[in-house]
Amino acid sequence: MNVLELRNIRKSFGELEVLKGISLSVPKGGVTAVIGPSGSGKSTLLRCATLLEDLDGGDVIYEGKYAVRDGVTADKASLRQIRRCFGLVFQNFNLFPHYTLLKNVMDAPVHVQGRNAAEVRDEALELLKKMGLQEKADAYPCQLSGGQQQRAAIARALCLKPDMLFFDEPTSALDPELTGEVLKVIRQLAEEKMTMVIVTHEMPFARMVADHIVFMDGGVIVEEGDPEQVIGDPRQDRTKAFLRRLER
Amino acid sequence: MTFQTMVLQLSRGFLTTLSIFFLTLLGSLPLGLLVYFGRKSRFAPLRWLIKVYISIMRGTPLMLQIMVVYFGPNLLLGLSIPQNWRFWAAITAFIINYAAYFAEIYRGGIESIPLGQYEAAAVLGYSKSQTFFKIILPQMVKRVIPPVTNEIITLVKDTSLASAIAVVEIFTRARQIVVAPNSPGMLTFAVAAVFYYVFNYLVAFTMERVEKAFAYYR
Ligand SMILES: Nc1ncnc2c1ncn2[C@@H]1O[C@H](COP(=O)(O)OP(=O)(O)OP(=O)(O)O)[C@@H](O)[C@H]1O
Ligand SMILES: [Mg+2]
Repeated sequence: MNVLELRNIRKSFGELEVLKGISLSVPKGGVTAVIGPSGSGKSTLLRCATLLEDLDGGDVIYEGKYAVRDGVTADKASLRQIRRCFGLVFQNFNLFPHYTLLKNVMDAPVHVQGRNAAEVRDEALELLKKMGLQEKADAYPCQLSGGQQQRAAIARALCLKPDMLFFDEPTSALDPELTGEVLKVIRQLAEEKMTMVIVTHEMPFARMVADHIVFMDGGVIVEEGDPEQVIGDPRQDRTKAFLRRLER
Repeated sequence: MTFQTMVLQLSRGFLTTLSIFFLTLLGSLPLGLLVYFGRKSRFAPLRWLIKVYISIMRGTPLMLQIMVVYFGPNLLLGLSIPQNWRFWAAITAFIINYAAYFAEIYRGGIESIPLGQYEAAAVLGYSKSQTFFKIILPQMVKRVIPPVTNEIITLVKDTSLASAIAVVEIFTRARQIVVAPNSPGMLTFAVAAVFYYVFNYLVAFTMERVEKAFAYYR
């Protein structure tokens, strides 16, 4: 069974139709990279999949459970269950500035999932260590670099033990010299078979880490498939044009 | 009247000033939050009512509001006015007036918090009330300290408006002393001014400390 199944997702903002029927399957352990020009609807797709936006049509299904069916969002109780399936890492981190890193990571598992605080604390410290932030557990987000904040945000998402993670351009708010440390963490997650959907402009990274590439343009999926094929040998003219523009 | 007697009488009046000040804050700081909730209610008539209330509180003189609260029960309902209503009428008027201002300050503070905070909380599974009380409210408090400080300093001076209904706080007392036979005259006002000034100095100092206490994050 696929971890995530999107079927014919449609979304408009007023007159502007941003998603014109997107379907996508993400199998367990799969890493999908979503690429495409600015304004093609990549962020909107993630926001719909993570239930931050209401849909105009289509289905969002996690582990066989409908979060959205025919554009209608499930009831509160089911959503609470379904939200446990995924985490989202934002472009600009969105850590809680008034909490230390440890509290940022621990708070939701304890107060949303109701897990044992002492156990969560150990796991949170372990995750921070994995992200290279063991020294920073008691620091506040404002005391950290962008790259450190983004790794903390990844730890925060992971501590809820989601079945999959979404990333929306996780490095594009970072100085170039800080992107590497975040991409390395994501690559490590891929090696551990974490299911992920990653919106990114980093083509070499997408090619290396993803096993499936989706190229979006104008609210539709123009081309998708194996990274070597889509990036190395694109079939559609729009994909070719997009990749050529990036190379310059 | 000796200088000592005058200072003693002003100090007694100042105790009343302090009562008005602290009781007003005690009532209006939390009430402001309720007013904010009303302002944001999904129930349109309540929203509308709160908007009208805020605009009246901000659009008419506080002194007039104090009068209305004091005389209203008698003039509108024909109730007889008990002696201690003076003080409580002033407190009531101050609280409902300042709550309106605080509500608007809270609204500004809450609306300045980035949408990303709500979205992060939603994706992490926080409920609406958890999001508000754990994530939004603490950040709001930090953001509103400077404008709230301004209001509090204004309140110290506004307490003198209670003299409009003859609540014997320090300002009323000073006026009484000045017109009494063989009073210390202008010196009385000078001493009253010192009371206000020193107290406001302490208020500003305290609020600066509060602001510093929140400086551990940005
Ligand atoms: N809340 C909104 N209200 C109105 N229009 C919106 C909203 N969010 C997005 N849009 C519009 O939808 C279109 C797609 O936006 P989206 O952010 O999904 O693009 P994107 O592919 O993520 O672009 P980028 O690479 O620049 O991040 C854009 O034209 C954008 O202006
Ligand atoms: Mg985007």
